[in-house]
Amino acid sequence: MTESPGEPFAPAGAPWVRVSPRLATLRRLLLATIGGLVVLVATALFALVAWWLGLLVFLAGLVSIGWGWVVVGRAVRSWGYAEREEDLLVTRGILFRQLVVVPYGRMQFVDVTAGPLDRRFGLATVQLHTAAAATDAQIPGLVPTEAARLRDRLAARGEASSAGL
Amino acid sequence: MSVSADPVAPTAQFRRLHPLTPLLRGWKVFAAAVAIAAQQLYGDIDAGWLLLGILASIPVALLYGYLSWRFTHYLIDGEDLRLETGVLFRRSRRVRLDRLQAVDVVRPLIARALGLAELRLEVAGGSSSEAPLAYLSEPAAQALRAELLARAAGLSSDTPEAPEAVLVTVPLDRLIRSQLLTVGVILTAAVLVIVLGLAVVLREWSLLGLAAPLALALGPGVVGPIIAHFDFTVAESPDGLRLRHGLLETRAQTVPPGRVQAVRIVEPLLWRSRGWCRIEVNVAGYGGEGQSQTSVLLPVAPRAEAFAVLRRVLPDVDVAGIALYGVPRQARVCDPFAWRFQAAGSDDKVFVARRGRLRRETDVVSHERVQSARLTQGPLQRRLGLASLHLDTTPGPVRVSAAHRDAREARRILDAEVEQARRARSAARPERWMSLPGASPPPNVTG
Repeated sequence: MTESPGEPFAPAGAPWVRVSPRLATLRRLLLATIGGLVVLVATALFALVAWWLGLLVFLAGLVSIGWGWVVVGRAVRSWGYAEREEDLLVTRGILFRQLVVVPYGRMQFVDVTAGPLDRRFGLATVQLHTAAAATDAQIPGLVPTEAARLRDRLAARGEASSAGL
Repeated sequence: MSVSADPVAPTAQFRRLHPLTPLLRGWKVFAAAVAIAAQQLYGDIDAGWLLLGILASIPVALLYGYLSWRFTHYLIDGEDLRLETGVLFRRSRRVRLDRLQAVDVVRPLIARALGLAELRLEVAGGSSSEAPLAYLSEPAAQALRAELLARAAGLSSDTPEAPEAVLVTVPLDRLIRSQLLTVGVILTAAVLVIVLGLAVVLREWSLLGLAAPLALALGPGVVGPIIAHFDFTVAESPDGLRLRHGLLETRAQTVPPGRVQAVRIVEPLLWRSRGWCRIEVNVAGYGGEGQSQTSVLLPVAPRAEAFAVLRRVLPDVDVAGIALYGVPRQARVCDPFAWRFQAAGSDDKVFVARRGRLRRETDVVSHERVQSARLTQGPLQRRLGLASLHLDTTPGPVRVSAAHRDAREARRILDAEVEQARRARSAARPERWMSLPGASPPPNVTG
């Protein structure tokens, strides 16, 4: 992604901090698992129903997983966040791009979550919540230490500049 | 304050709900039993047994009502309202009064007949009322509301109820006409006339069977709002706006100053020739179920009246006077029908966005109330160099957004909005609205 000064989705004042590339590895692993299932189904169809149906499923699976393999890398690279003086910026998306600005004073609580696979890969997700349900500010693919640092920092800053609703 | 060993044991200071509450609460159990029995009538169960079942439900209902009444206590404890409820699963809740978003006094039909009312405290978060007090006698509900509002405002609890001045009332004939003047109603009525005409001309009376559900379909959409907004009165008091409305179930809402998070002015197509509009608001705590009843600030009013009310909600803001800027021509690809009607602008207090060709909607949010700001861009928008801006507020009917703006301009608005929101927040008035830095100090300020 280009980040020229006039770029509408570029951060102002601070560079994007990108998320861990291990997130791409994790998502590719999930893709590979789905690919394995597709191969199983295709083989079953090939042997039991009709050879051309099996081939069709195999090729369709191959194309979509291959495409997913390429896109996952770009999708993970598109995530980014920037801590500014008064607010946190989060960006994401290739096809549908989004930039969220959450003032620290508006934060109600911060979540850090990590599923079993995430933990295996040493990853965690930080999610910010404001009083607005529409606020969509989550950052996946953070190293646990960075996630914990971000959580504590956000909480501290939120306290310092907290306001009513 | 000393608390006895059992945290939920009633003490002398605790107050009880009205003693008629068990009758009203139990009534619901009885009604449920009757409803179940009515469904069984079509089965092969003997009617005598059903009647016995219904009769047996009466003592159960009364016992349930009595127990839940017996175990419900409330107490205003300094800054908090304490509420103890539950027969088997006891719950002790504290509601911080400075976080109070709104207080409603609701009187369902049966409660009205008995002179009772329910008091609902609304705080941010949660889908329904956080602390419903059902039921109190009407004078007790009034007094408690005054006390809660006084404490929430930062005044002494024996402050008398604030005087109010009526701003607007909605006459019944305007309310009825406004509900009839919708595209859905007129289309349904036209179809109804055609069906009836065909039935008469062809002497095909079975067509009348078709007409009945059509006529019934009109009911909830037209009659519902008329009943809910019957005798709608907007009044102003130092405690905030007071809304009173309802035909069968009456509702008196009090929204303290600064609690309205966002406003939407809706002008449906068929209302525009009459210059009518409706005002909807986001109030934290009113979101979720029943929001169509509680989130209407004014169901129908001429523009001048509506803007007069709007000035009370957003002081020192001239919504109609804010210059709005349209979207570039490329936006016609994304929104071919109404792109010319997309516009947005702001002044030093509020952000305004307008949209819609047939049904015109104008969103207003003060910079101070913006929770977060978002910029989004889909693939088509990206190709055209467009982006949409969203300003998020607490849940409610109003969702402020300015779609399909020039991407760079959208980013400039976003940055400006973030900066203005920051400045507005640091200059925000306190949550206890009577303890304004500039206001003359009231005689007895608590806390």
